[in-house]
Amino acid sequence: MEMESDNKENSLSGKVHRREWVKTLATVPVLGVFAYAWYRKRRYDRLLKKNIFSELNMSTNPVPAPPPLSEGKTLRLGIIGYGIRGPHLARAAGFAHPAWIDTVRDAAAINPSDTRYQDFLAQDDLNVVVNGVCDIFDTYGELAVEAGANIYREGTGGKMGDAPRRFKNYKELCASPDIDAVIIATPDHWHGPMTIEAARNGKHVYCEKPMTWTVQETYEVVKAVKENGVVFQLGHQGRQTESYIKAREAIEKDLLGKITLIEVTTNRNDPNGAWVYPIHPDAGPDTIDWEQFIGPAPWHEFSLERFFRWRCWWDYSTGLSGDLLTHEYDAMNQILGLGIPRSAVSSGGIYFYKDGRTVPDVLHTVFEYPEKDLTLMYSATLASQRSRGKVIMGHDASMEMGDTLIIKADPASTRYAKQIRKGIIDPSLPIYTYTPGTKQVDAVTSATEQYFAGRGLLYTYRGGKRVDTTHLHIREWIDAIRTGSPTSCHIDAGFEEAMTAHMGTIAYREGRKVYWDPDKQQII
Amino acid sequence: MVILRLLIGWHFLYEGIAKLVNPNWTSAFYLLDSQGWFSPFFHSLTLNSDVLATVDFLNVWGLIFIGLGLILGLFTRVATMAGIVLLAFYYLSHPPFVGLKYASPMEGNYLVVDKTLIELAALAVLYVFPTGKEIGVDRWVLGRKKNKKQVK
Repeated sequence: MEMESDNKENSLSGKVHRREWVKTLATVPVLGVFAYAWYRKRRYDRLLKKNIFSELNMSTNPVPAPPPLSEGKTLRLGIIGYGIRGPHLARAAGFAHPAWIDTVRDAAAINPSDTRYQDFLAQDDLNVVVNGVCDIFDTYGELAVEAGANIYREGTGGKMGDAPRRFKNYKELCASPDIDAVIIATPDHWHGPMTIEAARNGKHVYCEKPMTWTVQETYEVVKAVKENGVVFQLGHQGRQTESYIKAREAIEKDLLGKITLIEVTTNRNDPNGAWVYPIHPDAGPDTIDWEQFIGPAPWHEFSLERFFRWRCWWDYSTGLSGDLLTHEYDAMNQILGLGIPRSAVSSGGIYFYKDGRTVPDVLHTVFEYPEKDLTLMYSATLASQRSRGKVIMGHDASMEMGDTLIIKADPASTRYAKQIRKGIIDPSLPIYTYTPGTKQVDAVTSATEQYFAGRGLLYTYRGGKRVDTTHLHIREWIDAIRTGSPTSCHIDAGFEEAMTAHMGTIAYREGRKVYWDPDKQQII
Repeated sequence: MVILRLLIGWHFLYEGIAKLVNPNWTSAFYLLDSQGWFSPFFHSLTLNSDVLATVDFLNVWGLIFIGLGLILGLFTRVATMAGIVLLAFYYLSHPPFVGLKYASPMEGNYLVVDKTLIELAALAVLYVFPTGKEIGVDRWVLGRKKNKKQVK
């Protein structure tokens, strides 16, 4: 009704007509105000970002994708050890056990956000075959055969390829002419002897960490690998972690200032994390080649605990030092090029798992690098999972590393003092964050994004596809064999890793400060 | 009423534009964080990248057009209804019920009622008392319709 009368008036008077238009367009200026406010905010954000970035001089590009897969003939693999880590490595090379396929396929049907099955199918075919497997526990040996035959990535009852040969002894596998390269995932006391045997037979080696169990065999491994010219990759898949690669750039650009302290930690609190692994029901003296298990270790009568939970005894293990410190150390060695420390002291004890183990469950090792003016401090517990970070502390800024990378300026920094005073840099907020998977790096990230990143939710999708770092690490090794390109965790990095871990272990076991003699290349 | 309409419109428009200009923005993480009765539906939206791209597109441009509609008073009722539907999705994907915990930080304390629900209710009021034909471009749109009818 009102409209009708309005319309009538429209035709009568220009004044009314004008009022009509005012009412129609009254709110349009609000858009103008909006546009202005938005322009101001954009300009402010850009200025802030530009100022920080020009100061940091960091590249804004993400880490490039891995190069296309190398071409060449099919590589023939042998797998030694198929217990816990072995199946993961085999999958990373493209060979899953059919029962695992069943499990993850069912899991995906129940929980659509469980993408393990999808991710595995999407994993690149590395053009490799498994020709031989070796495990001294019959059940694991048979499982390895079935996994190696699963070239079509099928579940139980699916189409299989030729079954690889099962070797009873690793020496036979290493001597086999139809094998080019071996993946070693055995207890620590076997890493050295097996790598040496494989290298002497001209086989390329991917070996799980730590590289060795004793100091002496470390030299022999290096010699065997170098003399025989085989391609060696040590199993620190963290080398492929994108954020570490960015961290290295941040160090090279000197964002942190003088670094004097690095703190790395292990925080676990469950039986599995403390190496109390389940004992397989089929295991017994008839199904396990006990003598071969013992190998270079001191003799001990048959024990299922020792076989499945070998990490708990020095007789087969390198303890926290070899199992977990090495991961942390290798990450820092990758980023900072630390090399072998000048000295090490350790302390700790068996404080929680009083189950007969000989290796400590709480351990702290402090490594000194006097030439670099810095200390690397490692602290581990297997009885609390309170999160302690992996932090590099510099005079100007500190860098916290995980799946994401967060750099915060130090409030008392010299380099950033002016920007902090001007309000361009806020020491309570990151000056730089890097979240793998997003399309660009950012200086000013919202709290929400930070939160998601910290909880690991951001890595479900990386360029639409989640990538397993172990797969990338194996792939790099295979490319290196085919093309002669270098591996990232090569034999020299392995030597540094092994010697550093041994220094920590010796310091703990002998209760003394241990030194590295760089001229003689010896622990003293 | 008009002021309420402008405030909500401003909020929608800025939410939309902020997402539009952020090349990293995707609804995936928000959807994955969904909890409660409808979470399987919201999770399922993230599984297929085409579906996810569509959801992202509809969300960003939905927010922008609803925001413009409310500010200008253009197709006010359609924009209001669309806003109610969108907010209902937000609310149902992250209901602030007892026992549900979210990764996304909340800036306040909520029990059952949160800001999304209040904004939704405010839009419902605007739907019942539409103001676009009083002050807004709808006045002109409706006027044209009326004029056409009169000519006939």
